[in-house]
Amino acid sequence: MGEKLVVIGNGMAPGRALDRLFEAAPGAYEVTIFNAEPRVNYDRIMLSPLLSGEKSFEEIIIHGDGWYVKHGVLLYKGHKVVAIDRAAKTVTAASGVTATYDKLIIATGSVPIVLPVPGNTLAGVLTYRDLDDVQAMLLAAKSRGKAVVIGGGLLGLEAAAGLKEQGMEVTVLHLMPTLMERQLDVTAGHLLQRTVEARGIRVITKANTQAILGETKVEAVRLDDGTEIPADLVVMAAGIRPNAGLAKEAGLAVKRGIVVDATMRTSDPDVFAVGECAEAQGECYGLVAPLYEMANVVAAQLAGEAGARFTASATATKLKVTGINLFSAGDFAEGKDREEIVLRDAARGVYRRLVLEDDRVIGAVLYGDTSDSAWFFDLLRRQTDISEIRETLIFGPSYVGGPPLDPTAAVAALPDEAEICGCNGVCKGKIVAAISGHGLKTLDDVRAHTKASASCGSCTGLVEQLMRATLGEAYNPAAVQPMCSCTSLGHDDVRRLIVAKALKSIPDLMQALEWKTSCGCARCRPALNYYLLATWPGEYQDDSQSRFINERVHANIQKDGTYSVVPRMWGGITSAKELRAIADVVEKFKIATVKVTGGQRIDMLGVNKEDLPAVWADLNQAGMVSGHAYAKGLRTVKTCVGTDWCRFGTQDSTGLGIKIEKFMWGSWTPAKVKMAVSGCPRNCAEATCKDVGVICVESGYDIHFAGAAGLDIKGTEVLGHVDSEAEAIEVIAALVQLYREQGRYLERIYKWAKRVGIDTIREQIMQDRERRTGLYGRFVHSQKFAQADPWAERVRGKDAHEFRPLADLNRAEAAE
Amino acid sequence: MTAMEKTWLDVGALDDIPLRGARLVKCAFGCVAVFRTAANEAFALEDLCPHRGGPLSQGIVHGSSVTCPLHNWVIDLNTGEAQGADKGKVKTIPLRIEAGRLLLDLAALGARNAA
Repeated sequence: MGEKLVVIGNGMAPGRALDRLFEAAPGAYEVTIFNAEPRVNYDRIMLSPLLSGEKSFEEIIIHGDGWYVKHGVLLYKGHKVVAIDRAAKTVTAASGVTATYDKLIIATGSVPIVLPVPGNTLAGVLTYRDLDDVQAMLLAAKSRGKAVVIGGGLLGLEAAAGLKEQGMEVTVLHLMPTLMERQLDVTAGHLLQRTVEARGIRVITKANTQAILGETKVEAVRLDDGTEIPADLVVMAAGIRPNAGLAKEAGLAVKRGIVVDATMRTSDPDVFAVGECAEAQGECYGLVAPLYEMANVVAAQLAGEAGARFTASATATKLKVTGINLFSAGDFAEGKDREEIVLRDAARGVYRRLVLEDDRVIGAVLYGDTSDSAWFFDLLRRQTDISEIRETLIFGPSYVGGPPLDPTAAVAALPDEAEICGCNGVCKGKIVAAISGHGLKTLDDVRAHTKASASCGSCTGLVEQLMRATLGEAYNPAAVQPMCSCTSLGHDDVRRLIVAKALKSIPDLMQALEWKTSCGCARCRPALNYYLLATWPGEYQDDSQSRFINERVHANIQKDGTYSVVPRMWGGITSAKELRAIADVVEKFKIATVKVTGGQRIDMLGVNKEDLPAVWADLNQAGMVSGHAYAKGLRTVKTCVGTDWCRFGTQDSTGLGIKIEKFMWGSWTPAKVKMAVSGCPRNCAEATCKDVGVICVESGYDIHFAGAAGLDIKGTEVLGHVDSEAEAIEVIAALVQLYREQGRYLERIYKWAKRVGIDTIREQIMQDRERRTGLYGRFVHSQKFAQADPWAERVRGKDAHEFRPLADLNRAEAAE
Repeated sequence: MTAMEKTWLDVGALDDIPLRGARLVKCAFGCVAVFRTAANEAFALEDLCPHRGGPLSQGIVHGSSVTCPLHNWVIDLNTGEAQGADKGKVKTIPLRIEAGRLLLDLAALGARNAA
C-alpha cells in the first residue's frame, strides 16, 4: 500500500478531492476518513429539495457504502476528531480512535452562526446545515405549527419554502432592507420578496432579532422594536463561519478560515485544507464551484502534479426553490466607471440587469427568466468584449447577430468551454464529447457519465437541449416521457410528487398535478392507483374503477368475455383434496378447458362472469384461495422437489418456495413478479429466467434477479449469496420493496434493474444493511393490509354488482 | 298505453352503477352496456367493441369514453365511435334518466336485429 492519507470531514469537497485522486493516482494512498456525521457523503446542496420533500436521502447520496469498499477507504462514521498531533502525525477522535498520517486533509467545513441572543438554546431552535437539521425540521413541521426563519439569504429562503411546503406557517426575518442582498440588487430583491410573499410566506425586513422567548421550548421571537412573532420552531440561517477551531488548536495558521496557499497547503506542508473551512487568498468560499476547484487542486497535488494552483473564478448563484427563477453572478454594485443595462417586463415578471465595465460584463442578475444565464455567465467568465453586440445584449443570445435562435440553436452556439452544470463544473465540450464518444442516448446516461445535471438539476433543460443539438432526431428524451397524454409529468415525477405533496387520492392528485383530463385515462389511472397504494399502505382506499378488469374481478378475461380461474398452489404443491375440488368445480360449472400453467398451477378457462363467486366459494371450501394469476403482483413461486426427494437436492427448495409465497402473496407490484426456487445448480425450477430466483447450493442460497422469459429472454443477474432461509426471505422482500418503490407501472424487474443499474440495487440490498432493514420493514408493513383473499371477500358479497347484470330482460319477458 | 310507455323501459337506478363504471342489461338481442361517468352522466351502448367484439362494459371508464379491455380501443360513449387512429362504431341506444331511474329505448334495441 501507498502513503497514509487521513481526511477529517466527509463532505462534498473532500469527496470530490478523493474522486479525482482515485482517478489520477489509483492505489497511491491508503485513505482513512473521519466523519463527525454518522453517514456517508451526501449532496448538501440538495438539503432544500429534501426538506421540501422533492427528494429522498437515497437520492442525494454521492458516495454509497460501496464506494468506500471499492476504494479501500476506511470510514469512521460518527467519529469527531478532537486533536491533531502534527509532531507525531496522528489524529485522534472523541471515541479514542487514533490514526497516523503521511498527508492530512482538513475538511471540517463550516458551522452555522447562532445569534448571541437570549433563548438561543431553547428546544425548537435549529440551524440549517446538515441532514440532522433537516430531519429535526421535518419532525417539527408535522405539528403544522408556526416557524420563524432568521435570515433571508439563500439558505434561509430555501428553508422557509421547504417548511411552507411541509404545511407550516412561515415568517422570514431579515436584517437588511432587501432579501439576498449579497447576491441580488435592490430591485431583484424586491421582486423576490413579492414572489415569496405570494406563496404565503411572511417576510419582515430590517428585522433585528432581540430575543427568543419561551419557558422550556421556543414560543416566540421578539424584535428590537418590540414586535413578538409566535413560533414553535426557529431556524437560524443567518450565515456560516469556517470551522477552523481544530486547526487552530493544532497550531496551524488561521485567520477567518484555515490559511492555505495556492496549492491548498496550510502552514504545515503535509497538511491540506479544503472546502468551507479554508481561506485562500484572503477569501473563504461557500458556493460549490470554487470548493470543487479547491478539491481538484488538492487531488492534483497529492497525485504529484506540483504545478496545480487554485485560482478563484467567478461564481454564480441559483435559488433552489421550485418555481422561483433567479440567477446572479459577479459584481453588480454601482460604480463610477460602470454602466448598466436593464430590461424589465412587468407583465411577465422578468427583470434583467447587466453591469458593464470597459465593454465587459462583470455582473449579471436575472429574475423570472433565467434561460440565458449560461450565456451571460460565459461572457462574464471569459471577459468577452461585448461592444459589437451591445445593442441587443440584454435580450440574450437569441438576438445576437441576426434572427432569433431557437433554444437548441442557442445552446449549439455556446463555446465548448461554456459551463453547463455549475454544481459539478461540467462544460459543454465535455458533455458533447461524452455523448459522441460513448454513444449516449438518454439524460440518465449523460448524468452517469458526466455528472452534469446530476446534482441540483437546474441545468437539466440545458443538458437536454445540448443532447438535441448533438444527436438531432436521434435524441429521444425518454427520461421526461410523460405518463400519458393526460399529463406532461413522467412516472418518476408523479411518484416523487405523491410523496412530496402527500397526495392520497386520485382526484387530489389530478387537481394538484394539473391533469389535463377530467378523470385520466386507461393508461394513467391504473398506474396512479398502484402508486398511491404502494406509497400509502393502509391509508389509501383502493379505487377498483381504476383497475384493469382482471384485477377488478380477480380473474383473467378471455377473448370471448369469459374468465379463467387459477387457485393458489403454494410452491406448486397440491393434494388429492384440492384436485378433487377442482374436478368437481369443473364438472359443476361445465368449465370448458383445464390446463396446467408454466408456473406450476391449474388454470380453469371459460368461466362465465356470473358464476365466478360460486366457483370461488367451492374452491374456498377446499381451502384454496386466489392465485393472483391476473395481478400486477406476486404470481407464482415455482419449485423443484429439493432435498425432499431429489438425490441431488442441497436444500429444502420446496419448503423455501412455499415460505416465500406465503409471506409475499397479495403484494401489489408495478408489474407481475414470478419467482422460482431450485434445489441445486441443475436448476430444474428454471430460476435463472425469473424476476427473482433462488439457486440452493451446499453453503446456502444464491439469490438471482432480473431475468426474463417472455417478450425478451434474459438470464438473471446474481444479487448475492446468503446463508439462511430467513436471510433469503429478507433479501427477496427488500428487493421487491425497492422495486415497488422505484419501478414504473408495467415495468418488469429486469427493465427497472437495467434503468437504475444492477450494481446500485445490489449495493442497496446486499451491502447497506440499514437500507435493507428499512425496505424489509416497509414491505412487512404493507403486507398487513394486502393479505386478504379477494375471492373470499367476493363470496361474502363484496362488489356484488360486478357479477350480476343490471337487468335481465330475457328473464323478465319470460316471466310475463 | 301511450307510445312513450311502450318504448322507454326502466332497467334500474343510476346509483346501481358505480361511478366511472358500467353494468349489463341482457336482452333477447344481446347485451347492452350501461355506463355511468364521473360527471354522473349515463350512456347505453352495445357491449361489443367494433374491433374484436370485446365486452366494453368491462373496460375502464374515463371522461365520456371507455377503453376496451381486450386491445385498448377507446370508444366515445356519446357517439359510439372509436377514437384516435382506430376506425369503427358501436351502436348506441337512447337512454334517459328520470328521477334517478335509467330508461332505455327498447325499440332501438330491436332495430338492430331488423337492420
